[in-house]
Amino acid sequence: MIDKFREDVLSALDAVPSGASLAVGGFGSSGRPDTLLDALCDLDRRDLHLIVNNVGSDFTGVGRMLAEGRIRRLTASFPVLPEFYDEYFAGRVEFELVPQGTLAERLRAGGSGIPAFYTPSGAGTMLSDGSFALRYAPDGGVAERMAVRETRVFGGREHVLEYGIVADFGLVRAYQGDRKGNLRFRLSARNFNPLAGMAGRRVFAEVQHLLDGGDLRPDDIHLPGVFVDDVLLASAASPKQPTIPEVTR
Amino acid sequence: MTQQAPTAADGALSRDGIAGRAAADLRDGDVVNLGVGIPLLVPAHLSPGVEVILHAENGVLGLGSPPPPELADPDLTDAGKQPASLITGAAIVDSAMSFAIVRGGHLDVTMLGALQVSGRGDLANWYVPGRSPAVGGAMDLVAGAREVWVVMEHTDRAGRPKIVEECTFPLTGREVVTRVYTDLAVFHITGGKLRLTECAPGVCPQAVRERTGASYTEDL
Repeated sequence: MIDKFREDVLSALDAVPSGASLAVGGFGSSGRPDTLLDALCDLDRRDLHLIVNNVGSDFTGVGRMLAEGRIRRLTASFPVLPEFYDEYFAGRVEFELVPQGTLAERLRAGGSGIPAFYTPSGAGTMLSDGSFALRYAPDGGVAERMAVRETRVFGGREHVLEYGIVADFGLVRAYQGDRKGNLRFRLSARNFNPLAGMAGRRVFAEVQHLLDGGDLRPDDIHLPGVFVDDVLLASAASPKQPTIPEVTR
Repeated sequence: MTQQAPTAADGALSRDGIAGRAAADLRDGDVVNLGVGIPLLVPAHLSPGVEVILHAENGVLGLGSPPPPELADPDLTDAGKQPASLITGAAIVDSAMSFAIVRGGHLDVTMLGALQVSGRGDLANWYVPGRSPAVGGAMDLVAGAREVWVVMEHTDRAGRPKIVEECTFPLTGREVVTRVYTDLAVFHITGGKLRLTECAPGVCPQAVRERTGASYTEDL
């Protein structure tokens, strides 16, 4: 009998080692899996590569990971949090800046067995010509730049080659889930969650409601359980954690 | 290029005036994405009988007016992460589908602010070197929308032209802008050529010329 529900969040997340790459759902704090992100902080995981659209605007969720110095590399389109940039310019966090649609498609492609694809987004810009700084040196110089994208012309327009993303783990938050791992999202909290769920080799889903004694109806499933390995209950408390006043390293 | 003092030209439109002028060119049924700044003022200026579908990058097709605080729902936000509402007939999609709509040519118009626009239609609006780089969906929007309308003040705060021969800020996309709406004028860009099609009421073509850094033809 298939039962992907796990009672204990910390023992389930213990499978994630330091150094792992994580595809994370959410758009700002909307639909962000804070229960899972907090668990990884509580388990003292470090050196993580986060693939997530935003850091957010405060020290909760991804922001907490940043504040506690757990992020080695961020792949994102719109970090927002000023303290993230302090870490980036100081050379303590690598930053791969990706157009938002390219980020979504790279996750979808990685989860779909498509190793790479061409897109017009970013052609002829700093994000494809190899000039954007991926990593700064402690002295403020550029230590490494983002790779030059291969290009090809289709229909008279330049397109850039972007690679699918397969992450070690996917972390998602859903409104409803069942014990087979089927997920249903609510309103715009869906955003990157189905894609982070597709791109992870092993996927943890925190759900606000576990449908016990009945599965989600087939037509209501936004991400089928075939993509999901572990279903956990989102903490009942507000996803907001107390604000950490300072970035500490 | 003559540098002008940073005083508004006679007859220059307000920010709402620019938004209203751009809104007048939307067609009933258009699917539209609005960037931050003046574009967000556009919905208030739509003519009765013109229904547009507003798209937000985070997967909303059919944004309504901002809700009152008591109806704010953390699961329903716009692309600026502010509380949102839905119109009747709205749809929710994931981020990959949202950008399939954008890049697939299913978005009729995106309206964006700009740091600079070149006469060929190059756009710079995502990054001021030295500040904090973030791009969001801007590069996808300009690459994919059928029309890219820049809606902005004609000059920057120092009075320097924002319509220029070559952008000096990092580009968002090359040869992507199709129209420019400013407080002084409306320009169309086709085939890499900039064309002045309209001056704001009371603004003379000479005032536009003095504040524009790219060459163009007049088609008034």
